[in-house]
Amino acid sequence: MSFEPKIVAFLCNWCAYAGADMAGTSRLKYPANVVPIKVMCSGRVDPEFIIDAFEKGADGVFIGGCHPGDCHYVNGNYRTRRRVKMMKKLLEEMGINPKRLRLEWVSATEGQKFARVIEEFVNEIKELGPSPWRK
Amino acid sequence: MKKKIAMYWGAGCGGCDVSLLGIHEKLLDLLDDIEIVFWPCATDFKYEDLEKMPDKSIDVAFYNGAIRTEENEKIAKLLRKKAKVLVAYGSCASEGCVIGLANLYDKKQIFNVVYLQNETTKNEDKVLPKEHTNDLELPEFLPHLKTLEQVVKVDAVIPGCPPPRPVLEEALEALLQGKTNFGKEVALCDECPRKDSKPEKIEIERFYRWHEKEDNGDCFLAQGMICMGPATLAGCQGECISANIPCTGCMGPTPKVKDQGAAMLSAIASLLGDIDEEKEEEIMNSIRDMIGTFYKYRAAKLLPEGRLKDES
Repeated sequence: MSFEPKIVAFLCNWCAYAGADMAGTSRLKYPANVVPIKVMCSGRVDPEFIIDAFEKGADGVFIGGCHPGDCHYVNGNYRTRRRVKMMKKLLEEMGINPKRLRLEWVSATEGQKFARVIEEFVNEIKELGPSPWRK
Repeated sequence: MKKKIAMYWGAGCGGCDVSLLGIHEKLLDLLDDIEIVFWPCATDFKYEDLEKMPDKSIDVAFYNGAIRTEENEKIAKLLRKKAKVLVAYGSCASEGCVIGLANLYDKKQIFNVVYLQNETTKNEDKVLPKEHTNDLELPEFLPHLKTLEQVVKVDAVIPGCPPPRPVLEEALEALLQGKTNFGKEVALCDECPRKDSKPEKIEIERFYRWHEKEDNGDCFLAQGMICMGPATLAGCQGECISANIPCTGCMGPTPKVKDQGAAMLSAIASLLGDIDEEKEEEIMNSIRDMIGTFYKYRAAKLLPEGRLKDES
C-alpha cells in the first residue's frame, strides 16, 4: 500500500479557511490527507501547536493565512511568517526536513490556489515519506 | 520522628549537591528534622546498604543529575522502590539540562570528540571507554541521555540549575510536611529586578549576543538581547539578571506551558517592529543555534531518542 501522509492544516478564519470553502463549493478536487483546523488568525498558531501536531503523528503541517497586508488583525500574518521561519530552522537542527512545514497565503477567493498548494504539499510529503518524529 | 532522606548524584556537575548547602543556616534547622540514610556525595553509604533497606522506607529521595549510564538508571529504579516520594532535584533530573544537548549527537560522535579529537586530551593508544575489561565491569554509557521522569514515576520537581535558594527553601519545607505541590506559576518577568524598565511595547531591530553590546541596565529583551524570562518559571528572583546576565531558562516552563522553547520562539517573533521580509530574514539568521538558545535545558525532552533522521 502506498504511503498516505497525515497533514494538519491550520487555516485562518478570514482568508485560508474561506479559500478552502471556495475550493469545496467550486467542486475542486484535492487530496483527502488534510485535517483542517480553523483558527481565527494564522497568528494564533503558536509554535507549540506545530510541535504538538508533529509529536502526535503529523507528517506535515500546513499553515494558511491572509496575504501580506490583508490580515484581518493587521499584522498577525507577519508574526506567523517570522514564527514559521524560526520553526523551520529549529526543525532542521532537530533533523527534520523543514519542507514538512509550509506556510501559504490563500485569500478567500483563491479556491484554486488552495487546491493546488495542498496537492503540491501532499505530493512533496509523499516523497519525503513518514515523519520520524512521533511519540 | 525524623524524616528519612536520601540524595543521589546522577549524571550532573555536582552543583545540585552543593546547592543544598546554599540554604546556609536553614540547613541547621533542617538537620533537626531529618536523618540522612543515603547520600554518596557526603556520607559513606554503599549501594548495598540502599538495597537492604525495606521498600518505601525512605520518606523523601532526591535525585539530582540526569540518566546517562546504566548505573544511573539502576539507582533511579532502586530509589523509586525504596522511597515514598521521589523528587527530581534540579534541571538535569527534571529536564536533562545542558548535558541533554548531547542528544543531538550519537554515542560514537560523543566518544570521538571527548576521547580522541579534543585538543587537550592526550590519548595516543586511542582508548575508548568500554564496559568489560579484564578486571573491571563498568556501567554502560546509554545511547541517549534521559531525564528521571523518562525512566521512573516522579512525584515532585525542584527546578533550576542548580535550584536557587528561595526555590529550594520553599520546596524542602513543603516536602518535609508531606506536600508535593510548591513553587510559583508566573514567569520570571513578574519578579525581574529590571521589570520597571520594560517598555509597554518592545520593538527591536536586531538581536545582539551578550558580548556585542554594552548593557545599559534596562530590560534585556528591549535591548535586543535574548532573555528567556517571558517563557521561564519564576522563583529564582532573577539571580542571573542581578548579575547582568540574561535568563537562559534553567527553571523550565511555567505550569501552563508545555514547551518552553516554542513559547519563547513565539514571543521573539512578536518583538520585531515593522520591517520588510528581507530584513526579517537577516535578523532571523542572526540567531544561529536554535536548540542551544531556546532548548538549552530541555534538549533531552525535545529529542528523547536523539537527533531525528528524516530520510531525504
